[in-house]
Amino acid sequence: MTQPLLRAEGISKAFAGVQALKNVSLEIAPGEIHCLAGENGCGKSTLIKIISGVYQQDAGFIEFAGKQYKKITPREAINSGIQVIYQDFSVFHNLTVMENLALNSELAEGHKFVNRKRMKKTAEEAIAKINFRVDLDRLVGTLSVAEKQLVAICRALMFNARLIIMDEPTTALTRKEVQALFQIILKLKEQGISTLFVSHKLNEVFEISERFTILRSGELVVSGSTADLDDKKFSYYMTGRKFEKKSFVPQHISDSPVLEAQSLSLSGCYEDVSFQLRSGEILGITGLLDSGRTELALSLFGIQRADSGTLLKDGKPIRLKSPEDAITHRIGYVPEDRLNEGLFLPRTIADNIIISEIDHLANKTHVIQRDKRQQEVNRWVKELTIATPNADNACSTLSGGNQQRIVLAKWLACNLDVLVLNGPTVGVDIGSKHDIHAILQALADEGMGIIIISDDLPEMLVNCSSLLVLKNGRVAAMLKPGESTEQSVLSYML
Amino acid sequence: MQKTLRKLSQRNETYIAIVLFVLFLLIEVRSKQFFTPNNIVDILSAMVVSGIFAIGTFMVIISGGIDVSFPALASLSSYAITKLLLDADYQGGIWLPILMAIVFGGVLGAFNGFFIGHLGLPALIVTLGSASVFKGFMQGTLKSVQLAVIPPGMKDFGTSALFVATNAESGLTSRMHSSILVFIVLLIVAWFILRRTMFGRGIYAIGGNPVSALRAGFSVKWTKFWLYVFVGVVSSLAGLMRTCMMTQMHPTNMLGMEMNIIAGVVLGGTAITGGAGTLTGCMLGTLLIVVVENSMILIGVPTVWKSVFVGALIIIGIGVSAMQVYRANSIHRNRKLSREVG
Amino acid sequence: MQVNTNASWIGRLYAKDKHLFRIILLIILWSAFMAITRFQKFYTLINFQTMASQFPEFGLMALGIMVCMLTGGIDLSVVGVANLTSILMALLMKRLELADGGLAFYVIPLSFVLAVGIGAAAGAFNGLLVSKVHIPPILATLGTSELFTGISIVITNGKAVSKLARVYATTINSKLFGLVPVQLLFFGGMALVIWFFLMRTTYGTKLYMLGTSATAAKFSGLNIDRLLIKTYTLSGVCAALGGMIMLANYNSARADYGTVYTLQCVLIVVLGGVNPIGGSGRISGVVLATILLKMLETGLNRFPKISSYYISLIWGGVLLLVMVLNYFSDNDIHLFRHKRSISIDSGV
Repeated sequence: MTQPLLRAEGISKAFAGVQALKNVSLEIAPGEIHCLAGENGCGKSTLIKIISGVYQQDAGFIEFAGKQYKKITPREAINSGIQVIYQDFSVFHNLTVMENLALNSELAEGHKFVNRKRMKKTAEEAIAKINFRVDLDRLVGTLSVAEKQLVAICRALMFNARLIIMDEPTTALTRKEVQALFQIILKLKEQGISTLFVSHKLNEVFEISERFTILRSGELVVSGSTADLDDKKFSYYMTGRKFEKKSFVPQHISDSPVLEAQSLSLSGCYEDVSFQLRSGEILGITGLLDSGRTELALSLFGIQRADSGTLLKDGKPIRLKSPEDAITHRIGYVPEDRLNEGLFLPRTIADNIIISEIDHLANKTHVIQRDKRQQEVNRWVKELTIATPNADNACSTLSGGNQQRIVLAKWLACNLDVLVLNGPTVGVDIGSKHDIHAILQALADEGMGIIIISDDLPEMLVNCSSLLVLKNGRVAAMLKPGESTEQSVLSYML
Repeated sequence: MQKTLRKLSQRNETYIAIVLFVLFLLIEVRSKQFFTPNNIVDILSAMVVSGIFAIGTFMVIISGGIDVSFPALASLSSYAITKLLLDADYQGGIWLPILMAIVFGGVLGAFNGFFIGHLGLPALIVTLGSASVFKGFMQGTLKSVQLAVIPPGMKDFGTSALFVATNAESGLTSRMHSSILVFIVLLIVAWFILRRTMFGRGIYAIGGNPVSALRAGFSVKWTKFWLYVFVGVVSSLAGLMRTCMMTQMHPTNMLGMEMNIIAGVVLGGTAITGGAGTLTGCMLGTLLIVVVENSMILIGVPTVWKSVFVGALIIIGIGVSAMQVYRANSIHRNRKLSREVG
Repeated sequence: MQVNTNASWIGRLYAKDKHLFRIILLIILWSAFMAITRFQKFYTLINFQTMASQFPEFGLMALGIMVCMLTGGIDLSVVGVANLTSILMALLMKRLELADGGLAFYVIPLSFVLAVGIGAAAGAFNGLLVSKVHIPPILATLGTSELFTGISIVITNGKAVSKLARVYATTINSKLFGLVPVQLLFFGGMALVIWFFLMRTTYGTKLYMLGTSATAAKFSGLNIDRLLIKTYTLSGVCAALGGMIMLANYNSARADYGTVYTLQCVLIVVLGGVNPIGGSGRISGVVLATILLKMLETGLNRFPKISSYYISLIWGGVLLLVMVLNYFSDNDIHLFRHKRSISIDSGV
């Protein structure tokens, strides 16, 4: 057995009384592709920061390439060959590709003056390592997300990296780009470079990694070979609970559609999209990242108006110029980016719940009726089982699953006819995921029309009563989940 | 040629240059006085102090900060220099005042640099506070008064001319003040720092993405610190130049200039949020404000209308570029991100 | 999150709002200092009445800047609006002056109504620039400040508008029940109105949410343009009222009065606990900071040997001191301990 490249043993770390990691161990062999998985808040981010020296652990040690470190500094980590690529890639949008690649080494070598020739040589060597073809003089801000990531990877490879840590690398990538990334990871493996990547996407774990480690609430649950893993086991390890999938069977579908789209088009995004949504139905809209699904969702909520086509609500054509219009027409939207778009994190849970319906909680002179407000807050905290001792605590004190419940509460409080959800269970622990699905199914049964936009095909097949597949901005297929499998849906998407 | 034109059309500086050119033409047509040697020299003289201030302000804004204390800093520094040299009956040349300006400016700049760089406090608030402190120190501790006489060395420098430009028609003459040399030197130094040193690239990096700058290995604290020291030196020299050129020291006369200088820098295409902008654009924007402030009289607009025009210029100029940025971002949001085919 | 186990009310006040606590502490300390050193000259009814008649001038402007800062913006045009308003109303009063040098009964109320209108129009213009034209507030209000001041200069030709009917100044300078200066009533009234807006109406909640996150506000269906326009309009109204008080206090109006107030009021607002990024801050903080500044200024005047120019130094110094204290307490840095718990990016 070859000596492991990285060995973290008995790592514990606490922040101001909160135990982030407790006795966690991790082992990675040279050239191994390892996936670190776990719900939000399980400690994966902390573990990575300890390995790369940003945080110092309270207990345990790190052994890298045979050398033991009681406390490793960022400089030492980089010098030993540990490189981290964060989710934002840590690139400078206002500087050129060449500068982004060369700055780190220039600084490391202690150069005080800019030498374009030297920097260009460094940059050219860096991009050659993975055959990345790009104009070195372009500002990084003008590159696509995948290209930015490649710049980050090239930069990471410049310092004789032996372990590359990637934090949720596939979040903003299209399927093609994800495949390209995986090819690069395999290439790195050939060169003996190990990759540790953090992901919560099950299919990726299976597709690329050889070994995996799952954390839950700061503790190690299991570490093993991916070959031994399957869907059910993964779910169980992540949450500690076993779940049965309950397929959605619509109970009361209205005769006429509550929302109907006729040939909606938005240039550059989607074209000639038509569908009907009835009360009691859950319509799924799926497609790859660039299929236009998010832009369509935003159009249904008034953020990006369609150029042409008609949108009908209860049979009457409507024009949505802003989210305010959408809400007036009783259409709500649960956004993809929960933290930035869905919630006001520093503000209280109560404020977050009532903000979209606040005008209904006031009298004619816009004075808030406080007892009415309190009643609403209490009602929704109870109905959605939001786990908090006090609704006047800040939203930031809650876990991802609970935060998503607040977003749901906000919209349910608005008494809507249609609710559009974009990626409703992304980054949500599996327990909450099932709870949210149950809530959505119940809402449909009570008469709401629901649209779920997602690329989580298992989720869609279980929860939707019909499935709209988009490809390159056009409708590729309209399917019935009962008659489809993941494979067949995928074939329409690609 | 095509490629050059295309590249030019994407740059903010091109538009400012066009606006400037149109403005010059307008004034020339109305007064036939714009492109005269003495008017050009007058404009350049007016640019000296504003331009030097703009250099410092520009660098601060690039770093993602903002400085509203520079006029107070300049006033305090140049008052102290003038008073000290007067009291010591200094008879020598300009070199000692310049040296003193550098030292005083550096120390005062370090004051800002400590709070903003080492403690990481927000630049706007810190410089609001330090502006107040500098002003209070000057008026309170130093008991500043208007000094109608300044040391002969400074006066000689201020009245000395590189050359004299004569308007053949009207016989009016204008002196090209020697202080423009200081401006040019500082401009070259700033250009060198920003383009050719890691310190300068660091300023752009910090303005673009402070967290990444730290991760890349830039010493953010010290970079910011030395930046504000440099800005202190620059502002102090501007104050000295002003005192010399006016041949008197009026302690509060520069206060209030900060807003117009910032406006000029932003009009030149520097993003107020940091990380983007060029020295060329900054100087063009400052020139625009200076021309509007000084040349309105040439087209028959009485001086009382000066502020109205400057205000309108700022609103329209920044308004247009703000709308452009907004539209560009919207289009970006609407379109799919470009994908490689195949 | 540290749990506050301190049961005493002082401890609870400190935990709840550190800024408020610090300002109250400073007020108490200064009051004690004045009591010890200059009791007779400071603690007189007349002195308090004089202070209370003077600080509303800039206090009103500070209130205006505060609401704008709650949205993450700023209003640098308050002084420009104030001067323009006072100039226009002064000219109006001169025009309507009666033969005996007095004013008809309706003139003063009319001038206030018009003043509010002017302030609202100017503020709405700012609001439009910030919301529809998307100009960053610091730059938009910088431009309008110059513009409004410029208009004032053109109207007055750079000179002061003086020799108004005395009745205006005497009315505003009078005291209700012989006790409360009328100026204070305006300030107190406006502060109360704004407090009510912020704490009891939907506008207030929406404002705080907008200041916290404009993105989330958009996705929650808030009409951001309308909120911004309302806010800057409110600021304009406050500035205009400030101008009317200035008119009464100086008995004249000029385009360049009060230029020092702009930065001073921003300082007051920040010292009062309002975060320039937006989303947090309370009226009580701004009111107390205004009072503190006036107390410092007036107290300093009682020491004739010390130049009154020192107030700038003290005020700037206090702000920097408070910010440094905030920095140390927010980041849990203790001067005498070695361990630092700051990290580059926080988050578990």
